Amino acid sequence: MAETATEKKVREPLFGPKERKLLTDPLNDNNPITVQVLGVCSALAVTSLVYPSIVMAISVVFVITFANLFTSLLRNLIPNEVRMIVQLVIIAFLVTMVELTLQYLNYPVYKQLSVYIGLIITNCIVMGRLEAFAMGSKPWKSILDGLGNGIGYGIILVVVAFFRELFGKGSLFAGSPIELKIIGNTSDYMINTTESVLFGWYTNNNLMVLPVAAMFIIGVYIWIQRTRNKKLVDIS
Amino acid sequence: MGEFINTFIKAAFIENLLLAYFLGMCSFLAVSKSVKTAIGLGFAVIFVLGITMPINWLINEYLLSEAGVFGMDLTFLRFILFIAVIASMVQLVEMVVEKFSPSLYAALGIFLPLITVNCAILGGSLFMVSREYTLGNAVAFGLGGGVGWFLAIVALAAIREKIRYSNVPAPLRGLGMAFLLTGLMGLAFMSLMGIDPAIFLD
Repeated sequence: MAETATEKKVREPLFGPKERKLLTDPLNDNNPITVQVLGVCSALAVTSLVYPSIVMAISVVFVITFANLFTSLLRNLIPNEVRMIVQLVIIAFLVTMVELTLQYLNYPVYKQLSVYIGLIITNCIVMGRLEAFAMGSKPWKSILDGLGNGIGYGIILVVVAFFRELFGKGSLFAGSPIELKIIGNTSDYMINTTESVLFGWYTNNNLMVLPVAAMFIIGVYIWIQRTRNKKLVDIS
Repeated sequence: MGEFINTFIKAAFIENLLLAYFLGMCSFLAVSKSVKTAIGLGFAVIFVLGITMPINWLINEYLLSEAGVFGMDLTFLRFILFIAVIASMVQLVEMVVEKFSPSLYAALGIFLPLITVNCAILGGSLFMVSREYTLGNAVAFGLGGGVGWFLAIVALAAIREKIRYSNVPAPLRGLGMAFLLTGLMGLAFMSLMGIDPAIFLD
């Protein structure tokens, strides 16, 4: 009698150490881009400016969290043979919602991201997390896993975009309300002054504007991450 | 004819899906460890891109656009229909290959179903819509994009096979090196941007 009573009382905590681990693991040890190699495709082309990257990161967090939730709720109803198509329909539905919302809220950024918003559908992170986690987990845990992976992806996006915009254009958050001009000469910039802000001698590095710069930055990021975190070495 | 060759050359080299737009990167980095598997996946991608592109063109033109069968603007259904076409085409290709050429099926193995979530396929279809290609151009773009993807993955696989014998710093081995190499290859492919495809027009 006593045993059954205690068993009933032991419920899984809403936010215990296990749940925290789900949320923080993808930020470093199990980062979707640098460790799982998922979702590299759409990550690289949008990162030439910080502002669109943040928008992209938020969209992916939204899509992956809700796709995880819906798949987790439906996981016992989906027949195994057609699960890919069901998952794709869930993702495509969410992405269409994001696209229409963005089109309404901020048309210039929508134009800038062009096909890459649509490509969230085939973003391997979303599919990968649905297959690996949401198909076999409870809804609350799936939400946390989705949030963690989305944020882990977003961090890489923003870090890469930070360096590319700073060295490629000399500015930060261009296109947003809090646009900043950090380094280099301002004369070639939209503000009509010839004074330099900082390091007036700096000439914009056009290499950083090209998508290949993102490959180099992520390569160096992986190098630094694996130097600090020895257990990741040679997983590839 | 010249117009189609123009689109083909442009899609394969100048606007390479992988090295200029970074589409299909996940399988590119994951499968490029040996040349043999890279060739198998490359052929599968050429095939699927070449088939889905005209089908998606017809869907976009005759079902979704305002001039189509339903007479209304259904473009918001584009993602769902395109991805459904791609998933079913991959399934179909898999069944046909399994039936008529079991040896090729065994060689491709797991890579055939993986193509469904290869961003290059859906990306190609979305580019086709945003660039307003004609049907012929869409076919040429699909085949050219596939050939470009094939060339890029085989080249990276060959480099990675060679680099296994080099003394790379341990944290950079494998994935880190693959990223840096892809960056360098992207730079090299950029030199092709100087080519003017119009020379193929006459």
